[in-house]
Amino acid sequence: MTPGSYVVEVIVENKPLARDPEGETIHQNLILKGGYKQVTGVRAGKLLRMNVEANSPEDARAIVRKLSDDLRIYNPAAHTIQIRIIG
Amino acid sequence: MVKVALIQYPGSNCDLDALEILRDVVKARTDLVWHKDLAHDDYDAYVLPGGFSYGDYLRAGAIAATSSSLRVVRDAAEGGKPVLGICNGFQILVEAGLLPGAVLRNSALRFACTWTRLRVETTRTPFTNKAEKGQVLEIPIAHNEGRYYLDKELIPELERNRQIVFRYVNEMKEATEVANPNGSIDNIAGVCNQKGNVMGLMPHPERASLAVLSPDNQTDGRLIFDSMMGTMHRPGVYNE
Repeated sequence: MTPGSYVVEVIVENKPLARDPEGETIHQNLILKGGYKQVTGVRAGKLLRMNVEANSPEDARAIVRKLSDDLRIYNPAAHTIQIRIIG
Repeated sequence: MVKVALIQYPGSNCDLDALEILRDVVKARTDLVWHKDLAHDDYDAYVLPGGFSYGDYLRAGAIAATSSSLRVVRDAAEGGKPVLGICNGFQILVEAGLLPGAVLRNSALRFACTWTRLRVETTRTPFTNKAEKGQVLEIPIAHNEGRYYLDKELIPELERNRQIVFRYVNEMKEATEVANPNGSIDNIAGVCNQKGNVMGLMPHPERASLAVLSPDNQTDGRLIFDSMMGTMHRPGVYNE
């Protein structure tokens, strides 16, 4: 247990079956056009970086998980989220 | 006399258009209510207007959906009163969980501002009970995030429950890809809750309720407001 301030990132993306026209456009019209054929797909999303006071990294992650669900940081009908501690 | 609440959020910008239609055209007693001042379910119907509440930050409608006004709207909805969300109002109702699905960024990544044809898919709602099933209404859209989304496997259930209220169609009344202005799944332009008394749609009926505002002098949008008024005079009496 190391109480302190943690940096937690939330990444919101469209579900895999929900089309992501922004990612598709970046892929087709920028990356492939620029010659980077090795890149076979792009998904665009939204990143929220939060500073969280918590007792431990697990605690910080749990707080962010709860607020993401309670306050609908994402719409579960169309989005997925990933939560990661970066520091 | 029945009374309508038109709820204003910071960033609402179609509120006065809707107010004019409700008060001067449909002749409904209507209060423009600041969202924080809506504390009790004192009205017979609620309208959430279009605009860009809270700057569309996070997602269109996501922040307004946490306003305390939604508690009152939820109570009213549970009590069976008509609740109408137009454009951003639709996005708010979806984000508040009063309507199913999500409204995502247009597939063309462009703001879409154009007249559309909407086919009435059900007349069981208080907003379509003066329409004929299959009737086509010409009503304009103006939005950047209007792509209705629901997992494909949930669409048949939505259809079965008669929750799909409007689809974008062409002049032959067919729901084609070309007639779909924003990439909405199954050309869906408007949906309702299971009970049918809460409805949201991306198009703007208040912009199609005066002949002078439409390219061919029609007032198709009025049908939605007239239906709502008719329902309030006969509470609980819907079609079908």
